[in-house]
Amino acid sequence: MWEQISANRWRSVVLTAGMGLLLLLIGYALGYFFFDNAIIGLVIALVVWGILALLAFFQGDSILLGLSGARKIGRDDNPRLYNIVEEMKIASGLERMPNIYIIDDPALNAFATGRDPSKASVAVTSGLLAKLNRDELQGVIGHEMAHIKNRDVLLMAICAVMLGTIVILAWYATRVLFFTGGGRRSSGGGSGGLIILAVGIFLLILAPILAQIIYFTVSRKREYLADASSALYTRYPEGLASALEKIAASPVQLKSANQATAPMYTINPFREKGRAAANLTSTHPPIQERIRILRAMSGASLADYDKAYREARGKKAGIAPASALALDKMAGTTALREPSPEAKTEEKPPQKVKRARETSDMMWRMSKYRTVNCPCGTKLRVSPEFKGVNVQCPHCGRTLAVQ
Amino acid sequence: MLALYIVIGIVAILLIFFIVTYNGLIGLRNQMRNAWAQIDVQLKRRYDLIPNLIETVRGYMKHERETMEAVTKARNLAQSLASGDVAARSKAEDALSGALSKLLAVVENYPDLKANQNFLALQEELTSTENKIGFSRQYYNDSVLRMNNKVQMFPSNVVAAMTNFKLGEFFEVTVTEEREAPKVSFT
Repeated sequence: MWEQISANRWRSVVLTAGMGLLLLLIGYALGYFFFDNAIIGLVIALVVWGILALLAFFQGDSILLGLSGARKIGRDDNPRLYNIVEEMKIASGLERMPNIYIIDDPALNAFATGRDPSKASVAVTSGLLAKLNRDELQGVIGHEMAHIKNRDVLLMAICAVMLGTIVILAWYATRVLFFTGGGRRSSGGGSGGLIILAVGIFLLILAPILAQIIYFTVSRKREYLADASSALYTRYPEGLASALEKIAASPVQLKSANQATAPMYTINPFREKGRAAANLTSTHPPIQERIRILRAMSGASLADYDKAYREARGKKAGIAPASALALDKMAGTTALREPSPEAKTEEKPPQKVKRARETSDMMWRMSKYRTVNCPCGTKLRVSPEFKGVNVQCPHCGRTLAVQ
Repeated sequence: MLALYIVIGIVAILLIFFIVTYNGLIGLRNQMRNAWAQIDVQLKRRYDLIPNLIETVRGYMKHERETMEAVTKARNLAQSLASGDVAARSKAEDALSGALSKLLAVVENYPDLKANQNFLALQEELTSTENKIGFSRQYYNDSVLRMNNKVQMFPSNVVAAMTNFKLGEFFEVTVTEEREAPKVSFT
């Protein structure tokens, strides 16, 4: 059943490799224009990328956690959160317990970081802890755990660094090109040179945009997959769905987020209310669509998610190749579970109505009205001025005795 | 000469296939055993928590002697079967889950108990341990399924048959209603 995750990873790796190719092309064009030597450009591109990548690789999580002002907690600081993380660690088969951080922020969000599953961390905001019940928190932690387990953090870091490098290089190159007129042109060259120049400029302008599109595509694919994995771990997609609903309804934006850390979060911290986020430049899929898919699941397996995903998006392509999902048929073992007792006792709208009725009953009694219950379900209020013995129910016409 | 090379090539490919498949099977079996050990850890944790729980609730629940005794008895039975076979054990553990859920259900009638910090902490631990038992079982069963798929499906089944690989045994939940965690209520 975990085979399809690697199959899906394969797709993301192909996209990432495409981005790498773009980076090399940029380097090549750079060297060709400015140094008359494509190799130098390639070297520059790789060196810039290498430095950024090393920085991200070794300092990434501490920078991220530092930026967001997270504080590390142990079992005794918040036993419930610790237990839930441990539950998801067991369900996902992760070998080592991730570090847990709390960000003191009323916004509702969470993220996972760490370049490999043995050095991972999950961080949640204090707002999230306060607002979600156990099942919902479990769904969110399951989503983060899936990012760790599927190695999304590493993949997205590689992608982000590559995107950054491409943007930086292209930016400098176009600046230099426009202000100096380019190095290559001065050394002559006929119409062939001009075509190459045109292609080069085209590439420099297009590459950052293309890289960004690839980046967002990969990022959103990983989000859907993390949702699917969370449902698989918890066997309860409703938990995550209802958590997403609460998060979507919360008006508070995360203070400490910035563009660089955005793809790490459960939901996009920069969402604008009322905007259809289903465009190419969003790291996260639209939240309503994620909820709809989760709620449409008939079981908890990845195949069930895939089916719901196809139906919701009206697309043939699912989250994983069909061949990989064929292995995922496990009769009975991926059935959905019941909500936990805590969620059951949470106040549901019907209970609120019931309580409101009880209050109004009390008010009537205080003003000396008498209440007569008719077998048809109607409740009759009899005013204290009424002196008769019987009343007639206005709904079914039965004659009832007034006590 | 060419024929010889072809034969050597085919043998080499078969050998590599054999090694890779065999190692894959061993990896899956280790994962399965590891998952089994994880269930054990959680079940032991539950054995440890129960005496504490009984100790805490005893002062409050004067009239629930039978319910408490049932839990203690189920716990002791489950613990004594801990080294027994999978089927007998899962049955005993399910019985324990059932007895525990009954005990935690009657907590509803004791508001004082529900205000006791010590009890609340224990209740969280028990709920979580129940969940962890469920999740480790789930992961164990997933591991068994993955291994059994490999053992039964072509072509890895050839290697499995040659090395006498056995199918893994699922940790069954006998009664469907006992599948759920004990009904711990938080109101």
